[in-house]
Amino acid sequence: MIAKPAIPDVLREPGPGIGKPLSRVDGPLKVTGQARYAAEFNVPGLVHGYIVSSTITKGRITRIDTAAALRRPGVLHVFTHENRPHVAWFDRKWKDEDAPSGSPFRPLYDDRIVHAMQPVALVVAETFEAAREGARLVQVEYEAEPHETDLAARRHEAFTPGKEKGGFEPPPKPRGDPDRALAEAAVKVDVEYVQPTEHHNPMEMHGSTVVYNDDGTLTVHDKTQGAPNSHSWVCSVFGLSKSAVRVISPFVGGAFGSGLRPQHQLFMAVMAALQLKRSVRVELSRPQMFTFGHRPPTIQRVALGAAPDGTLQAMIHEAVQESSQFENYVEIVVNWSGQQYRCDNVRLDYKLARLDVFTPLDMRAPGAATGVPAIEMAMDELAHALRMDPVELRLRNYTDRDPNQDKPFSSKELRACFAQGAERFGWSRRNPQPRSMREGRQLIGWGVASGVWDAMQGQADARATLGIDGHLVVASATADIGTGTYTVMSQIAAGTLGLPIGNVTFKLGDSALPMAPIEGGSWTVSSVGSAVLAACERVRGRLYKLAAKMEGAPLGKAKPADMVLTDGHVALAADPARRVPIAEVMRSGGVLAIEEEARSVPYYVKRAQHTLATHSAVFAEVRVDEDLGTVQVSRIVSAVAAGRIINPKTAGSQVMGGVVMGIGMALEEETFMDHGLGRYMNHDLAEYHVPVNADIGSIDVIFVDEHDEVVNPLGAKGVGEIGIVGVPAAIANAVFHATGVRVRELPITLDKVLAGLSRRSAA
Amino acid sequence: MDQRLAELRDTAPAVPDRIPISLVVNGVEKRMEVAAWTTLLDLLRNTLDLPGTKKGCDHGQCGACTVLVDGRRINSCLTLAVMKDGCEVTTIEGLATGDVLHPMQQAFVDHDAYQCGYCTPGQICSAVGLISEGQARTREEIRDLMSGNICRCGAYPNIIAAIEGVLGGTAPAQAKEDPA
Repeated sequence: MIAKPAIPDVLREPGPGIGKPLSRVDGPLKVTGQARYAAEFNVPGLVHGYIVSSTITKGRITRIDTAAALRRPGVLHVFTHENRPHVAWFDRKWKDEDAPSGSPFRPLYDDRIVHAMQPVALVVAETFEAAREGARLVQVEYEAEPHETDLAARRHEAFTPGKEKGGFEPPPKPRGDPDRALAEAAVKVDVEYVQPTEHHNPMEMHGSTVVYNDDGTLTVHDKTQGAPNSHSWVCSVFGLSKSAVRVISPFVGGAFGSGLRPQHQLFMAVMAALQLKRSVRVELSRPQMFTFGHRPPTIQRVALGAAPDGTLQAMIHEAVQESSQFENYVEIVVNWSGQQYRCDNVRLDYKLARLDVFTPLDMRAPGAATGVPAIEMAMDELAHALRMDPVELRLRNYTDRDPNQDKPFSSKELRACFAQGAERFGWSRRNPQPRSMREGRQLIGWGVASGVWDAMQGQADARATLGIDGHLVVASATADIGTGTYTVMSQIAAGTLGLPIGNVTFKLGDSALPMAPIEGGSWTVSSVGSAVLAACERVRGRLYKLAAKMEGAPLGKAKPADMVLTDGHVALAADPARRVPIAEVMRSGGVLAIEEEARSVPYYVKRAQHTLATHSAVFAEVRVDEDLGTVQVSRIVSAVAAGRIINPKTAGSQVMGGVVMGIGMALEEETFMDHGLGRYMNHDLAEYHVPVNADIGSIDVIFVDEHDEVVNPLGAKGVGEIGIVGVPAAIANAVFHATGVRVRELPITLDKVLAGLSRRSAA
Repeated sequence: MDQRLAELRDTAPAVPDRIPISLVVNGVEKRMEVAAWTTLLDLLRNTLDLPGTKKGCDHGQCGACTVLVDGRRINSCLTLAVMKDGCEVTTIEGLATGDVLHPMQQAFVDHDAYQCGYCTPGQICSAVGLISEGQARTREEIRDLMSGNICRCGAYPNIIAAIEGVLGGTAPAQAKEDPA
């Protein structure tokens, strides 16, 4: 056992702002319509671009006729691969922070078509309507080539990828002899699960407004999860100096991963602005939102073998997943299985198949939301075969060390998640027999699954400026995509400096601010929050020094170590009644403002000695209509262990949102591919079903106490992903408990339920 | 065929470039000339600089563009501006009184009934509309009636709580309790 490191100061005494359920500080702007998103900056002389999408999936453009479009009044220019301005040639110039290995897609680069609805032209006009009409008038002729978009057709030609992407870990080496152990196991499950393509579909469609300034510089309003990422990409692709471009993104209308990479509307708007020397807006249509990345379809085999008492003896988890022809998109799908359960004979295998689609793109809990449902559905099947309670089976194989890495967890309160979740849900009253609960024609079922996600951290910078007026401005280039960044960073800052929350302004979403990584993977509190804490601690240190040197020594001979900040005052820790207002301390020191910048750096050594993860236990109740096969999720209880929760209100909402998306994943979401055409068929919000209000019943979120001294100085792990991970399996398992029907192909739509019910009654 | 269609498009009868209309937007009369093909949504967002009304699909599928026209909820993306000549339009920008939020706006803040905020103006306009139409009686009804407004962040339970909070004194009957 590795000795735990010493407790950092802040964990002994978390600031007063931390842990409070504050309402969002940016709330009033959002509810009054004053929050402006990327495509909402109306500047004088703004012109509009509309993208023309290819009608074939693979091949080349043989001719583009733009004459009719150009004759349309109001149309200014049509950009195609034939007349586009010069852009970068090397692949590395097109790489962004989230790019996998390969050759990134380049809009309007040449005559090649590599995926359906590829952008092939941009029509720019004085009005949005004229641009849209112009786009309809562009005539494109193609020479089509045969394509393949069906994962099942290519699964046997799949290859084993390397470390193709930051954050990706290939599966660990096999342990023991899993095939033999499986063959010899008393009880076994060996099944295949299929998951479809999904699209992020944030409510705000991707858009960019590029303001062409008088001096030729660009101010870019972009929908992105990282203003610095869009900034460096634009500079690199167009060969611009860093100072010639500024990317601003104060509000982002959801993203869920879709804004992790700069998307092609950004390229189009910048290209047009530079060429036309005008301010340009390009906004994608909803169908075009299905053209730049998705959660990849996946086929998985899970085989489990167990002793009669439920002890796991063999685990095989193999996944084949889609990638494009031009990049090797990878995500961690199978590793979780070997991390969650103790088992001596394990083989985890992950492969990619190349298809004629756009490169997949991280979508909420990428990999975990795919792989964990597979192992968690298989565990339920095993529990049923063993006639064992599914919670008990999970606890029987529980592990306090990560078997993949042979390391301890920095913290893991998953047992408490199961206990508290089961208690809240009433799990002890569950009759294990499927079809044992009904109300009229409604079959009722209860299911459980666990969830897991990494607790990552990146480097980030923050700047804190405390004015003599008592107002604190903290800034970092990070994003708030609905996650609550504005609010939790304000809380961390206010807590550290003992200020009322109203005295703190947090600035983000601006490439001119101190550096921050893309907002994703649940790491923003960990990365940026730690930087905010560090910058504010430096400001606090300077205040203490000034206070110690004050004329008249109002705090006596107190040293900085004897002081605290509270309620806008520097006070004696031992006697808080002896205190001096911050403004007086600053005035006496002759400063109008104290400004400090800090960089947070992960505890690399401590982290390397541990596995760091968030965990959850999810309990679901479903009601299945026996005649119609419809499934309604009436209750979810999600118990989450994610370290310290900075704001239980916003964090609770985030987990709730993950649960809702998990319900979509279980029951509704699927982008259907017409393999004949190689095109997605349901590329709009009427046909791509996401949960609506009537689909959602009661959602109860529990945060289990969890203390972590390794993850970062805040002890907070982040909750953006964990909410979705366990949900699809909990629902699938509840559907089985309700009906006795196992649906192994998500989403669990009524046709699959009815087919299972009729097979069941025929048997 | 494509060429023939292009010719037909080019020779299609001309429509008047601009049509004069008058709208009362958030209590202020606006007289302007609009193109026939301009939707009420694009007019609000692009011409009147009122981008609080959101474009989430432009197809009447998501509800982000919901505004109140003569007090009733409509999808402004499915409505040409010229069709609403003489109407009163209330957008999210017109609900607060000075710095005092409309009760529904305040309830959305208090109940954290949003995350990214993009569907929020449409949700609030829908909620205000369904209450003024007297349609919200039970939690189930509110869920159904609010299902034309998609929230991808998944704030639905909090949206229901906010609406029930505003209904307050006339609180809707609770949904049937769960069986367990």
